[in-house]
Amino acid sequence: MPSIFRKFLVLLGLLAATAVNAQLSIEITGAGANRIPVAIADFAGDPTAARIVTGTVRADLERSGLFRLIDPAGTVLDENAAVAYGDWKGRGADALAGGSLVRSADGRMEARFRLYDTQKQVALGGAAFVAGQEQLRAAGHRIADFIYEKLTGEKGIFSTRIAYVVKSAGQFRLQIADADGQGAATALTSTEPIISPVWSPDGSRVAYVSFEKKKPVIYVHSLASGQRTVVANFKGSNSAPAWSPDGRRLAIVLSKDGNSQIYAVNADGSGLQRLSQSGGIDTEPRFAPDGSIFFTSDRGGSPQIYRMGGNGGDAQRVTFDGSYNVSPRPSPDGKSLAFISRRDGRFQLAVIDLASKQVQVLTDSSKDESPSFAPNGRMILIATETGGRGVLSAVSSDGRIKQRLSIAAGDVREPAWGPFNQ
Amino acid sequence: MKRLLIPALLSALLIAGCSTTPVDETSGSPVESRGTGSGVAPVTAGGLDARGLPRELTDPKSQLAQRSIYFDLDKYDVKAEYQDLVAAHAKYLVANRGFKVLIQGNTDERGSREYNLSLGQKRAEAVKRSLVLLGAKEDQVESVSLGEEKPKNPGHDETAWAENRRADILYKAPDGRGEF
Repeated sequence: MPSIFRKFLVLLGLLAATAVNAQLSIEITGAGANRIPVAIADFAGDPTAARIVTGTVRADLERSGLFRLIDPAGTVLDENAAVAYGDWKGRGADALAGGSLVRSADGRMEARFRLYDTQKQVALGGAAFVAGQEQLRAAGHRIADFIYEKLTGEKGIFSTRIAYVVKSAGQFRLQIADADGQGAATALTSTEPIISPVWSPDGSRVAYVSFEKKKPVIYVHSLASGQRTVVANFKGSNSAPAWSPDGRRLAIVLSKDGNSQIYAVNADGSGLQRLSQSGGIDTEPRFAPDGSIFFTSDRGGSPQIYRMGGNGGDAQRVTFDGSYNVSPRPSPDGKSLAFISRRDGRFQLAVIDLASKQVQVLTDSSKDESPSFAPNGRMILIATETGGRGVLSAVSSDGRIKQRLSIAAGDVREPAWGPFNQ
Repeated sequence: MKRLLIPALLSALLIAGCSTTPVDETSGSPVESRGTGSGVAPVTAGGLDARGLPRELTDPKSQLAQRSIYFDLDKYDVKAEYQDLVAAHAKYLVANRGFKVLIQGNTDERGSREYNLSLGQKRAEAVKRSLVLLGAKEDQVESVSLGEEKPKNPGHDETAWAENRRADILYKAPDGRGEF
């Protein structure tokens, strides 16, 4: 039986140690239309560990807006027990998971589980994750990712991380947290602003703009070691970093030759090359999966989004509606583009389908900023404002599901959703 | 530069004149002991302030202590009312080639942070161009942007926004001391 289980070591990164009191709290304000009814039975074995794991799995699935959690009513089901399919179907569950938490020889916990389809009355698969006591939530995220992928056909994003900046008490902190806002750790604290964090494609580094030298300078920061490299500190302003898909180069914005223009540079700061050539402002570059670059430019008189090749050259205008369309973020599949559009004085998250050119406004807020796609393209994280305070909001790319992430003690801004856990 | 120094020198002379009046010939106490506590503020003409900059750059009575240039909404050119001020700073930089300035451009809080950073740069660049046009050397002047990140007025109304659409001039002395 255990032969079907693949054993993984749950690597949680090195940030887990630093506990931070300022946790993000999440509020869900919408849900998908057709939610899959799923039951997560109580897991057998160590009851405390089991509660942490099943609690994480249930919260992840619920928060996605794609599932309706069926109450298991205290039923304990381990991964090897016979399943009373009729009973679970009767409770309304189309899918069911059971499992157990077993202490392994080295003292860590092994979380095993199996997922069942109650309609077809078959097992859909299972897995086992070995985790230390402090990694039980990470094991839960892995299980939720497995269930999500089996039931929706898309990769789950529960094991991913997010970066954001918190401003409180005159300090700016670059935080790294799990996608559910838990386990926040501080990568950088500064008395000067930090903006525009972006994850390297492998998730090991974050590039950002820091004002600690009294001007904007671009750094690449290795999260595990804390080592920082200055990528661009040219005369004038250095800003808006964006990683190339292979993680070797960054598109950046420099004003060393006058107005803001787009350049490319190696991740170690060498090999500078100018990419855009306009008399006005070119900024906010972002690589599409095919290597082309979307960016914001005022070359047509108002800020609009354009697209050019990965080595520069001619640019095509992408947005036409309205007089202020900025902050382009191509979706992971390259088919659509999230951006911020000003409409009647309100700054709102919008998505344009690049083939049909159809634009959809996804929010009814008025101070949306800095959109960031989840790596599976399903959700978009933005900064917005509620009651005069900066909060983060995750919106599904169809606009139906909304979650708000806030911190009681500060302003949260500049979110960046990290890549899939590797 | 010489003409700009005159007000500071004059005030120093006036104060020095006042402090010389009540000298008691018979006490024999050293003149130095009459310094503080006598109600007379000691002023050193042409001296340096706490950051190592000449007082003419920081004395509130000096035009050169005015360091902020304000811009209209969606405007990036130096308004006529600030031409004299920019000219005074250019004149100082021409007369003092060892001094450098950092121009920090700022915007109000509305819109994209990165786009605002580029707009703030445009304001800083406009001030830089004026200074260079009036004789300052390129390598004396650096224009950078703080975008919407360092508001002078943290409010969220028209008054606050007007105060934040601004370029500030920061000085550095030849010995490296100064404001940036």
